[in-house]
Amino acid sequence: MSDTYVAVNKSKLKNKKNLVFWCWLFITPNLIFYAAFQGWPIVMNIYNSMMDWSGLGNATFIGLDNFKELVTDSYFWKSYGNSFVFMAGSVPPLMIFSLIAALIVNNPKLKFATAYRTIIFIPVITTASIVGIIMVYIWGSDGAVNAALSNLPFVESTINWLGSSKWAMFAVIAVFVWKNLGMNMIYWLAALQGVPRQLLEAAEIDGAGVLQKFFYVTLPQIIPIGAVILLVNISSTLRAFDLIKTMTNGGPSYSTDVISTYIYRFAFSSEMGLPRLGYASAAATLFALTIAIIAITTTLIRRSNNTQRRVSK
Amino acid sequence: MNNLSKILKHLILIVFSFIWIYPFVWMLSASFKSKSEFFESGLSLIPNSLDFSNFIRAWNEANFSQYFLNSVIITASAILIILVITSTCGYALGRYSFPGKKIFIAILGASIFIPLEFSMIPIFQLIKSLGLMDSLLGIILAEAGGGHVIFVLLFASFFRSVPKEMEEAAIIDGSSFIQIFTRVMLPLSSPIIGSVVIMQFVWTWNSFLLPLVLTLSNASLRPLAVGLYTLRGENIVDWTGIAAGSSIAIIPVIILFVFFQRYFIDGLSGAVKG
Repeated sequence: MSDTYVAVNKSKLKNKKNLVFWCWLFITPNLIFYAAFQGWPIVMNIYNSMMDWSGLGNATFIGLDNFKELVTDSYFWKSYGNSFVFMAGSVPPLMIFSLIAALIVNNPKLKFATAYRTIIFIPVITTASIVGIIMVYIWGSDGAVNAALSNLPFVESTINWLGSSKWAMFAVIAVFVWKNLGMNMIYWLAALQGVPRQLLEAAEIDGAGVLQKFFYVTLPQIIPIGAVILLVNISSTLRAFDLIKTMTNGGPSYSTDVISTYIYRFAFSSEMGLPRLGYASAAATLFALTIAIIAITTTLIRRSNNTQRRVSK
Repeated sequence: MNNLSKILKHLILIVFSFIWIYPFVWMLSASFKSKSEFFESGLSLIPNSLDFSNFIRAWNEANFSQYFLNSVIITASAILIILVITSTCGYALGRYSFPGKKIFIAILGASIFIPLEFSMIPIFQLIKSLGLMDSLLGIILAEAGGGHVIFVLLFASFFRSVPKEMEEAAIIDGSSFIQIFTRVMLPLSSPIIGSVVIMQFVWTWNSFLLPLVLTLSNASLRPLAVGLYTLRGENIVDWTGIAAGSSIAIIPVIILFVFFQRYFIDGLSGAVKG
C-alpha cells in the first residue's frame, strides 16, 4: 500500500520535473529571439556609443567623447526638438479625431457603420514608406492639396508644402495623423465596448443629452484605456521614421529632421562621408533613454493614480 | 425630416470617406495613365484607357517581380517563425506554472519600454557577424526578432481559458506534452492564429527601416517597400511607374485586409485591453 503510494509520488515528481523542462523548452525560442534582437542590442548600443567606429576596420574606445560632441551639436538638438514637435503636433489630433470617429462608428443606429470603419482603417495597413512617396506628389505643386486649396475663394497663392521649412512639418504631421487615426479608432472602440449599457440608459432616463452622456458617463469610463493609448502614441510618434524619411528626408534645411533620421544619416547614409556608427549609437542611446524615462514616468503616474482610486473607493 | 437628416448624414460621411481614401484612388488611376495623359491631367481620377504598360515596366524593368517575390518570402517566413515561437511560449505561460515564469513575464513586459528602432545598428552588426548579409535569411530573422509581447499574451490568455477536460482525454490516451499541444490545443486557437498571421503580415510587408539597412549593398534582396524607395531615388520623374509600383505593393494588402479585417481588429482590441 505505502509502496504504491511512494511510487505514485515518485512518478508525480518525475512528471513535475518533466513539465518544467517542457515549459522552458516551449518559452526558449521566443526568449532567444527576444534576447538577440531586443536585449542584446541595448548592451551593444551602449558599448558602441563609446567607440569611434566607421563600421569597417577596428573601433577605438573614446569614452564619452561621442556624447560630448552630441551635446554641442546644434543639429542634434534641432532633431531632438523636432521629434517632440512632431509628437506634440500629432498626438492630440490623433487622439481627439479618432475618438470622434469611434463614437460615430460605434452608434448602433448608424447604417453601414462597418463599411465606414473599414475605410477609416485602410491607411493603417498600407506601407508607410510608400505612402510617403505618394504624398510627395499629392502635397506637391501639381498635387491634389494645392488644387483643392486654389479652388477656395480666400486663398491667394498655393503653398510649396514640402519645399518650405515653415510648412513641411505640418504636412508630415497631417499625413501621419491621417495614416494612424484608424489604429487609434480601434483602440477607442475597444474602450467604448467596456462602457456598461445600463449606465448610458439610466442617464438617458434621467434626461441627459448626447454631450452630457459623453462627458459624465462615457468619458470617465474610457479614460484608463485612454492613458494606454496616449502612451502608445507618444512612443510611436517619437520613433517615426518611414514617413518622414520618404516624404522629406528630414528637409528642407533640417526642418523635419527627427532623431531617427539624424541617426540614420550618421550610421547608414553616404551623405556625411564615412559612416559614424559610434556617434550614431550615442545619439540612439541618449534618445532611447529619453523615451524610457517618459514611458516609465507615465506608467508610474498611472499606477499611483490607480491605487489612489482603489484606496478612495 | 428624420429621413432627410439621415440621408444628409450619410452624404457627409460618404464625401468624407472618399477624401479619406483619395490618395489610393489617385495612385491606382495614375498607374493606368500614359505619361502624356498624366502630364496633361495628373489629377483626374478616371484614366482614359486601361493601359497596363506602367505595371509591365515596373514588373520587368524596375525589378518589381524580384521585389514582390522577396516580400512574399520574407513575410511568409517571418510569420511562420513568429507563429511557432509565440504559440509555444503562450501555451507554456498560459497553461502551466513553473519556476522562473514570473521573472520571464516581467522581462518580456519590460520590452514595451525598449525602442526597437534604435536597435538598428546592433541588429545590423548581428546579422553581419552571422554572415547573413547576403541572404534573405538575415532579413527574415531580423523581422522575426523581438519579444512579440502582444502575441504571446494573446495566446497565453486564450490557452488559459480552455477548459481542463479538453486535454484530460488526451492525457489518459497517453499523449505527450507536445502531442497535447499540437493535436488538441493549437487547433483550438485558430482565431488567435488568424490574428497573429494577419497582424504580422501587415507589419512585415510594410516594414521599411530593417530591410532598407540590411539591403544597402544588395539590391536583389530588397522587398517592395525598399524597392520603391530606390526607384524613386533613381527616377524622380517617372510618376506613373512609381504609382504602378505602389499599387503592386499596396493593393494586395488592402484586398487581404478587407477579407480578414475581423482577425486584425480583434487582435488589436485584445492587445489594448490586456
